[in-house]
Amino acid sequence: MNEPAGGHSHEHDHGGYDVDPTHRHPPQPDLEDTPLARHQVMQMAVTSLLIEKGIFSGDDMRAQVERMDGLNPGIGARLVARAWTDEGFRQRLLADSRAAAAELGIDTGPIPILVMENTPETHNLVVCTLCSCYPKFLLGVPPDWYKSRNYRRRAVREPRTVLAEFGTELDPNVAVRVHDSTADMRYMILPARPAGTEGMSEEELAGLVTRDSLIGVTVPRAG
Amino acid sequence: MSRPAPLFTPGTRVRVHERFPPGHVRTPWYCRGKTGEVERICGRFRNPEQLAYGNREATPEVLYRVGFASTSLWPDYGGSKHDRVEIEIYEHWLEPVSGDPA
Repeated sequence: MNEPAGGHSHEHDHGGYDVDPTHRHPPQPDLEDTPLARHQVMQMAVTSLLIEKGIFSGDDMRAQVERMDGLNPGIGARLVARAWTDEGFRQRLLADSRAAAAELGIDTGPIPILVMENTPETHNLVVCTLCSCYPKFLLGVPPDWYKSRNYRRRAVREPRTVLAEFGTELDPNVAVRVHDSTADMRYMILPARPAGTEGMSEEELAGLVTRDSLIGVTVPRAG
Repeated sequence: MSRPAPLFTPGTRVRVHERFPPGHVRTPWYCRGKTGEVERICGRFRNPEQLAYGNREATPEVLYRVGFASTSLWPDYGGSKHDRVEIEIYEHWLEPVSGDPA
């Protein structure tokens, strides 16, 4: 029978109704079941103080969290699709992503985002070896693997192997350019427009642009 | 008050200091002591090494992007000799490469 990962290993039948009602599975831990770290306590204390002193309200706080959670890779995808269909925009996006994004009513946030373009000669990949810096305003919250030590240490050390694990086999003649976001810049990749997409609308093109292609671990494909 | 001009221009070869100070620094270990080339000047940003300790008056420092041949970072690097890693590094971590024309 199929046991969920991390499940129990003892043998008995779960299919019938004669299961011992006192038998308990270990419950999945709730968020509050892990001990609070010092910085979590500090964050809760500071939040309470700021609300108590009227710097912002509980609803301001909630709304901001909701706004941040609502950010997603579809925003970056819109920029890419526009760059694929408008050469002038492509150049402006590469030169100054904040100003170019503003043309579409998109806010790139307080931290400068550099857009790096894949070409027939060069494939770009983004990592933050020191922590988990990520262009949240264009891509939303980062995937867990992006924050893992495994990805962070190997993306700079053996990028081609990492790319192959993501299903991206690079031609040996294509150079890899790994961008380590160590300080005050963030990075988004402008992938190459896939062949066979000539008749597609900008909206259809945006649908081809995935989160992973904006990080550079894969490339968009036509359908 | 005018600030001193950035010490390095794009294309200049620079070496990353091989220092290991304690505390919050944003220069990865794997590039310390290595030589690369300035890719661009990113601008001036408040020094994160001061900012991390609550110093809101942290000095604005010139931030560069420095490109390194992956083969120079890892002697046994398995990819192409054209592969690169580009890293954001603050000016006070960089020194000119001796022997290079100024």
